[in-house]
Amino acid sequence: MNGLTFDIAHLLAGGLVLVSFMMLYQDRLFALINVFALHAIVLALSVAWQAYIQDAHHLYVTAAIALIFKAIIIPVGLHRIIQRLGIHRDIETAVGIGPTMLAGIGLVTLSMVLMLRVTPDADPLAREDLAFALSIILLGLLVMVTRRNAVSQVVGFMSLENGLVLAATGAKGMPLVVEISVAFSILIAFIVIGVFLFRIRERFDSVDVGALDDYRGEHR
Amino acid sequence: MISGAAVLLWGVAALLGTAVLAIASSHGSGSGTRLIYSLTLGISAAVLLVLASRVADDPVTPSTAELPLGLPWIGAHFRLDALSTFFLVVVNFGGGMASLYGLGYGRHESAPHRVLPFFPAFLAGMNLVVLADDAFTFLLSWEFMSLASWALVMAHHREQDNARAGYIYLVMASFGTLALLLAFGLLAGPSGNYTFEAMRAAASAPLVAAFVLALMLLGAGSKAGLVPLHIWLPLAHPAAPSHVSALMSGVMTKVAIYGFIRVIFDLLGEPAWWSGVVVLFLGGLTAVLGILYALMEKDLKRLLAYSTIENVGVIFVSLGLALAFKANAMPSAAALALTAALFHVLNHSFFKSLLFFGAGAVLTATGERDMEKLGGLIHRMPLTSFAFLVGCVAISALPPFNGFVSEWLAFQAVLQSPDLPQWGLKVMVPAVGGLLALSAALAAACFVKAFGITFLGRPRSAAVELAHEVDRYSLAAMFTLAALCLLAGIVPGLVIDGLSAVTLPLLGSRMPVQMAEPWLSIVPIAASRSSYNGLLVFLFIAVSGSFAAFVIHRFASHALRRGPAWGCGFPDVTPAAQYTSISFAQPIRRVFGAFAFRAREKVEVPAPGETGPARLTVEIHDVIWETFYLPIGRAIDFATDHLNHLQFLTIRRYLTLVFLFLIVLLLVLALWP
Repeated sequence: MNGLTFDIAHLLAGGLVLVSFMMLYQDRLFALINVFALHAIVLALSVAWQAYIQDAHHLYVTAAIALIFKAIIIPVGLHRIIQRLGIHRDIETAVGIGPTMLAGIGLVTLSMVLMLRVTPDADPLAREDLAFALSIILLGLLVMVTRRNAVSQVVGFMSLENGLVLAATGAKGMPLVVEISVAFSILIAFIVIGVFLFRIRERFDSVDVGALDDYRGEHR
Repeated sequence: MISGAAVLLWGVAALLGTAVLAIASSHGSGSGTRLIYSLTLGISAAVLLVLASRVADDPVTPSTAELPLGLPWIGAHFRLDALSTFFLVVVNFGGGMASLYGLGYGRHESAPHRVLPFFPAFLAGMNLVVLADDAFTFLLSWEFMSLASWALVMAHHREQDNARAGYIYLVMASFGTLALLLAFGLLAGPSGNYTFEAMRAAASAPLVAAFVLALMLLGAGSKAGLVPLHIWLPLAHPAAPSHVSALMSGVMTKVAIYGFIRVIFDLLGEPAWWSGVVVLFLGGLTAVLGILYALMEKDLKRLLAYSTIENVGVIFVSLGLALAFKANAMPSAAALALTAALFHVLNHSFFKSLLFFGAGAVLTATGERDMEKLGGLIHRMPLTSFAFLVGCVAISALPPFNGFVSEWLAFQAVLQSPDLPQWGLKVMVPAVGGLLALSAALAAACFVKAFGITFLGRPRSAAVELAHEVDRYSLAAMFTLAALCLLAGIVPGLVIDGLSAVTLPLLGSRMPVQMAEPWLSIVPIAASRSSYNGLLVFLFIAVSGSFAAFVIHRFASHALRRGPAWGCGFPDVTPAAQYTSISFAQPIRRVFGAFAFRAREKVEVPAPGETGPARLTVEIHDVIWETFYLPIGRAIDFATDHLNHLQFLTIRRYLTLVFLFLIVLLLVLALWP
């Protein structure tokens, strides 16, 4: 592997982490979804680059799945849901932007320290890749934790899944079957959660999950 | 020719088949009951025959069998060697006797469909535990045995306190199995080889061996009833139907002792000398506290259950001695101590089954377990009374019965202690010997009370007046056991020589051959030190008793006179004015109660002129329950109260908790040196 291919792979994976950071400070839903679409595009590029340098053609399929489903269909679908729900003007963060960004930096540090420590004799590309993937997973979790709106929690969850895909494609020989199943499980999760959103909306006139707590008779 | 172990597995399969049959047939009336108990009796007898042929032929060479069940890469291993042969005899003889008794007793069962399916399953479970030759099979059988016996404890689950007994039993049984699981995990080591064969071959580090001993004391000890893990036993054993109580007390505790011997003497290798001290201490404590509890008890079956705890203590004292001698390379003394322990295992299974059968007969005849409502049964149930008396004499370790022989052997082993090199043992062993003597004396007092209050005196309730003798099956079971108690007391040499096959592979030594001694004497070490002749004692008692009776009848007046009994100046002598079990035990409560039970007596006498009654209030605490178990219960209550909030968080908080926990785990991984 020469220096340039490594650098480009590194750049794309790092770019994915950067986009994850961008997600942290979006307080409008449309902006959040747009950033998520960008996230998926960068992922598709990264996977395609891996397919090229590993000479693994099945990874192109994965890249295409990422591009078509995650960068186009799902964002468009979420846009429509938001418009139908009429919540596109909502501003929502449960935790302030500053602390969230600091926490994100801490998480990235943690995953770097951890991954470089536990994989001293792995392939350097795979090492970097795994460290970035873990950062993306943790940042996705952070998005889920810091949001109150169900739509943005779905977005956080899907960006988490992007991290998993990155990790899977970075390691050589990961079979496509697993890929597809992971992608489809996410799709199904998206559909199910979408259905739930409408149900919640019908019942409570809001997709703020706090309404569920009111319904259960306790509010904290 | 299929091996002995394989034949026994067929026996187990037959028992399990009987259990299935019982599910189908138990809704019928008496015929189903008769069928099931006849089948279990037949199977137990057949298994005993197989074992007898093995003992006669070659008891030492192990016979193995393997089934393609259990964990895929291990399979289920079974092995029949001398130790398991001995315990299988105890299990199946107890099972056969309980079946015989059940033929009669089971007819009075109010809920046969709750008892019949589990009875054969319980027997099968106990057989499997003793046969198992790998940790997985052992634990599975152990749990099966626990659950089957739990179901039997819960047979009358609507009666007061039975549900609580079942619950505590279940908790303690799970705890014990957890301890056993960890012990076997340590024995298997990092390679994870769970066959006993591999564990026997591997040597454990001293620290690991110490942990295994502690875990076995917790695991097997909780099932056997070692203080302070005994609390479930006096609740659960009496709650089951009486023949099952007999099995649980007489046999299941022995299966637990088998587990202890199998692991500590067979699998673990050379013991450390201090392990003897630990086992001795626990055994002595168990013996004395068990019998003190029994003395305070007025429920006949609970008294018997507490007495089981005492006998388990006696057995553990002998096992501790055997460990101490084994650790100090004194094989002949170790063989003596282990023989004493095993002999007591056999004896206790005889007389405790007999006594529980007697208690069951009393329960059938009167519907009462409370001794304060019994009395005078010797006139109404003379045969049961006689058999029960034999059991009481045997368990009180009086010659010429069997209880005396095994306790005497234990004391002979205690007397070997000056030869031990460690001062800790030199001091400990005589002290525990003192505890053993104390518990033997208290046991005698306890069974004087049990027999006297229940069978002598005048009836204390109307139900007793109407009692009559029980059926012939129950009597046959009781008299068989009574005869064996006497027989094992008169020809102990036969048993001791039989046990040499067990001690030889475990300790590499055996007691001297006893049947070669003239006149059935037994000489454990050397004729110059001590010997005992049960036959001589029996003949002396028989001759002197007959002679005294003859003299009295020959020379005393033949006129029959009945006079008023001296009522201590009490004007109206009712049955309630007799000695009660509480009043009989009062002197002992005064001596030991203050420290063992924090007992307090309070007398309230009304001022002169007042018409209120005087009151004597006795307050007894179960110190072990209050010191060990109540704090645990309170801690759990506290924790559940405070963790309850976690049930009602928002979705985001749950996510946050998961997230934070993940971060903590990652941090641990990152910072681990």
